[in-house]
Amino acid sequence: MTVTPNPTRRDFLKTSAAVSGGLVIAFVAPGAKRFALAAPAPGADPFVPNAFLRIGSDDTITVLSAHSEMGQGIWTSLPMLIAEELDADWSKIKVEHAPAAPVYAHTAFGIQVTGGSSTTWSEFQRYREAGALARSLLVEAAAQRFGVPASDCRTENGVVMAGRKRASYGKLADAAAQLPAPASVKLKDVKDWKIIGKPTKRLDTPEKITGRARFGMDVQFDGLLTAVVARSPVFGGKVKSFDATKAEAEPGVREVVQVPSGVAVLADHFWAASRGRAALEIEWDPGTGATLDSDALRQEFSRQATTPGLPAANAGDVDAAMPTAATKIEAEYAVPYLAHAPMEPLNCTVRIGPDKCEIWTGTQFQGQDQQLAAKITGLSPEQIEIHTTFLGGGFGRRANATSDFVVEAVHVAKNSGKPVKVVWSREDDVRGGYYRPAFVHRAQIGLGDDGMPVAWGHTIVGQSIAAGTAFEGALVTNGIDAASVEGVADSPYLSAIPNHRIGLHSPKTPITVLWWRSVGHTHSAFVMETLIDELAQTAGQDPVAYRRRLLRDHPRHLGVLNLAAEKAGWGSPLPQGRARGVAVHESFGSFVAEVAEVSVEDGKIRVHRVVCAIDWTIAAQMESGVAFGLSAALHSKLTVKEGRVQESNYHDYVVLRMNEMPRVETHIVPSVERLGGVGEVAVPPIAPAVANAVAALTGKRLRELPLRLQG
Amino acid sequence: MKLTINGTQHDVDAPPNMPLLWVLRDLAGLTGTKFGCGIAQCGACTVHLDGAARRSCITPVSAAEGKAITTIEGLSPDGGHPVQRAWAELDVVQCGYCQSGQIMAAAALLAEKPDPSDADIDTAMTGNICRCGTYQRIRDAVHRAAELSGG
Repeated sequence: MTVTPNPTRRDFLKTSAAVSGGLVIAFVAPGAKRFALAAPAPGADPFVPNAFLRIGSDDTITVLSAHSEMGQGIWTSLPMLIAEELDADWSKIKVEHAPAAPVYAHTAFGIQVTGGSSTTWSEFQRYREAGALARSLLVEAAAQRFGVPASDCRTENGVVMAGRKRASYGKLADAAAQLPAPASVKLKDVKDWKIIGKPTKRLDTPEKITGRARFGMDVQFDGLLTAVVARSPVFGGKVKSFDATKAEAEPGVREVVQVPSGVAVLADHFWAASRGRAALEIEWDPGTGATLDSDALRQEFSRQATTPGLPAANAGDVDAAMPTAATKIEAEYAVPYLAHAPMEPLNCTVRIGPDKCEIWTGTQFQGQDQQLAAKITGLSPEQIEIHTTFLGGGFGRRANATSDFVVEAVHVAKNSGKPVKVVWSREDDVRGGYYRPAFVHRAQIGLGDDGMPVAWGHTIVGQSIAAGTAFEGALVTNGIDAASVEGVADSPYLSAIPNHRIGLHSPKTPITVLWWRSVGHTHSAFVMETLIDELAQTAGQDPVAYRRRLLRDHPRHLGVLNLAAEKAGWGSPLPQGRARGVAVHESFGSFVAEVAEVSVEDGKIRVHRVVCAIDWTIAAQMESGVAFGLSAALHSKLTVKEGRVQESNYHDYVVLRMNEMPRVETHIVPSVERLGGVGEVAVPPIAPAVANAVAALTGKRLRELPLRLQG
Repeated sequence: MKLTINGTQHDVDAPPNMPLLWVLRDLAGLTGTKFGCGIAQCGACTVHLDGAARRSCITPVSAAEGKAITTIEGLSPDGGHPVQRAWAELDVVQCGYCQSGQIMAAAALLAEKPDPSDADIDTAMTGNICRCGTYQRIRDAVHRAAELSGG
C-alpha cells in the first residue's frame, strides 16, 4: 500500500448531535474512493458514532482512534493531534478504538484500514481539525455564558478563560453541543505547538505493564466457546470427508462443524479444542498444491528472470549500451517466503444475533472485514459491529483483502449458531498462509570507464500481492503490481543511469501472499543497495562517495546518507574483525540511511551497532524496524515441500532475540518536508547494510536472504 | 485441585496435565499471561512458581499445585514493582503482547541477581521474543529497575 502523502483538507465539517452529557465532534468526509467497495453512505442517525472525540461533563476527553494500535503508538500520537488544537488537559485524555463506520475511512485510501505507514500523515489534518473545531465551539459556548465576545476568550489546559471568568471544557460541553459548527477552523501555527513534536509518554503503557490491556485473544464472556480449525495442510486443499467421533469424545469439546476453510472444533477452552482437533480424522483433497516445492519455485523464478518480462521502467537502449560498457556485473538474488509471526497468534471472536453480528478482533482492516462479514451473514455492513482490540503485532498480517481470519470465524459462528472465539496456534499461524512472497531478481549492469553505471537491465520475478483480490484494479497497472517493483522501478539511482530497463514477471502459485512490513521494499532495498555497493567496489570507490555521486539530485537521500555516515564515523578505524556497511532507501515517503557495524564469529554474522538517519521519526519505530529487518536478514525463511510448509514455530521459524539485538542509534535530519511514514521505513535498509558490511569484512557478496556465510 | 494464584486460593476443576497457561487464562480468567507459541519458545506465558520464572504453556497444572503462582496481575498491587516502574519510565512497550512475559522474566532475574550485567540480561531474557523489537529498551529498563530496587 504505497501512496504519495497528500493529506487533503476535508470539504466541510459539522458537529453531530450530542450524546448524553457531552460534546461529540464528527466530520462528514467525502473520502477518497481508491479502495472503496460500495461503502454505504454515512448514516444520519445522531447516535451513529461518527465521532473523533467526546468531551464528558467530568472533563474527560475520549479520543476515538480510526486506526488500530499495534505497537506503532497511534494510541498516543492521534490524541496528541487533537489535544494540541484543543488545548486539552493531557491528563484527562482517554482513548478508544473507533467502531467500523464509513466516517472513519482512511483519508487517502477511502476504506477503514491501518497500514502503509500512513497513520500520522493521513490523519495530521483530520485529527487537528477535530480538536480545533471542538475548541472553537467550547469558546463560543463560554463567550455566551460569560457575556463576552469570543475573541476575549482564551484556552489553556482544558479551561476557557476570559478575564477572571473560567469554565472547564466539561462544564461547557452540553452548551457547546447545541451550537452550529463554524464554517471553518483555523489551525495553530507550528511555532505555537506545545504537544506535537514533544516527547510524550505512551498512553497505553499502564495497562500493558499490568496485564490489563485487552487483546483479541483476551476476549471472554459467558457462553463463549473457543474453537480451533483444522485447515488443509496443503495450499488450496479441501476437506473430502471427516470423522468427528473421537474429537467429540474429548472432554470439553462441544461441537464440530465444517467451514469453507476446514473443520472447526468448538470447546470450553483452547486446550480442549486443541485436543479435539488432534483427534479429528480428516481426508483431504489436496488439489494442485500437493506437489508444490519452494526450491522448484526458486528454479522456475530464476528461469523466468532470464527474460525481460513486462516493462516497469524504461529509458534509453540497454541492449545497445551494454556491449559498450568497460565492466559488467551480472547477479541473481533471491528472498524466501516469510510469515509475519506476530506475537499474538491470529484470533477472532464472533457473536451473531438476529439483527447484528459482533466481532471482536485485533484487525488492521475494519472496512474490509465489515463488508465480508456482511456477505456471509446476510446482514448489512452497518449491522456488523467491530470492536477493535489492541493488536499483538500486525506487520500486515491483520490487513488482508480476504479478511481470512475474520471470515473464517464468522463462518464458524454461523454454522455452529454459537458465540465463538477462533484461536490460531503458533503452528497454524506459521503454516496458515499469507506470506511475504518469495522473489528472484536478476540484474546485468554495465559500467563506463569512470566506473559509473551506463546500462542497467533488471528483471524481478515474484507473485503479485494484489492480483486476484478486490484491490487488483486499484493496485495493478498494465500488469505491474506496484508493490512488486517499488524501490527498483522508482529507484533514485535510475535517474543517473541513461539506459535502464526494469521488467517484471508475476507468476501465479497456490501460495497465498500478503504485504509484510515494508512490502516490496523488503527485497528491493536489499537488491539495489547491495548492487550499488558492489558497483562502488568494482569501480574502486568508497561506497558512500559513490552513492553521493549517483544521488546528487536527490537531497533528501543525501541528507540522511551524510548524517548516518557522519554519526557512524564512516571511514574511521574499527577494531580488528569489524566492518561497516551502509544503505540508503526511500519508502512510504520517508528517507532512511543505516550504517551497520558487523563482525563474523564462528561463521555467524553478528551486528553490533546500527546508526540510523531519517528526516522525521519516532526512535522506537527505528529500533523496531531494525529488529524486524534483522530477523529476515539473518534467520527467517519458509520452506515448502510437497505442498506443506516445513517450519512450524519459533524454534525453526527463527526471529531475532535479545542476545542479537544491536545498539541502535537514531539521528534526525531537521526537515520541513512533508511527513512520511514511520512504521515500516527502518526495515528496508538493514539487510543491505549488513550484507555490505559482510562483503567489506569477508569479500563475499551474499545475494540471498537470510544471509548465510556457509552452506 | 487447589491453586494459590496471586495469594488467593482457587478451586480449579482441570485435568492434571492441562497446561497452567490455559488454566490461568480460560478457567481463572487471568488473561494477562499470554499465549505465544505453546512450546516454551517465546516466553510470553512466563509466570513465577515460588518466585522462579516458569513457562506456563508447558507446565502441567499439577506441577503448580502447592506452589505460589504469581502472574503479571499479581506482581504488584498497583503496577508499582520496580520493573514495571522502569518499563513505564523508559516507555518500553510497543504492541505490548510479550511484555507480561518480559516483565515476569525480568522480575525473576532481578530477584536472583539484583545488579545484572548486559550479559546476564541477555542470558536471562533471550528466551523472551518481542517481534516489535523492544529489546534495547528492555535491556536499559532492566538496569533501571535494578537501580530503582536498590534505591
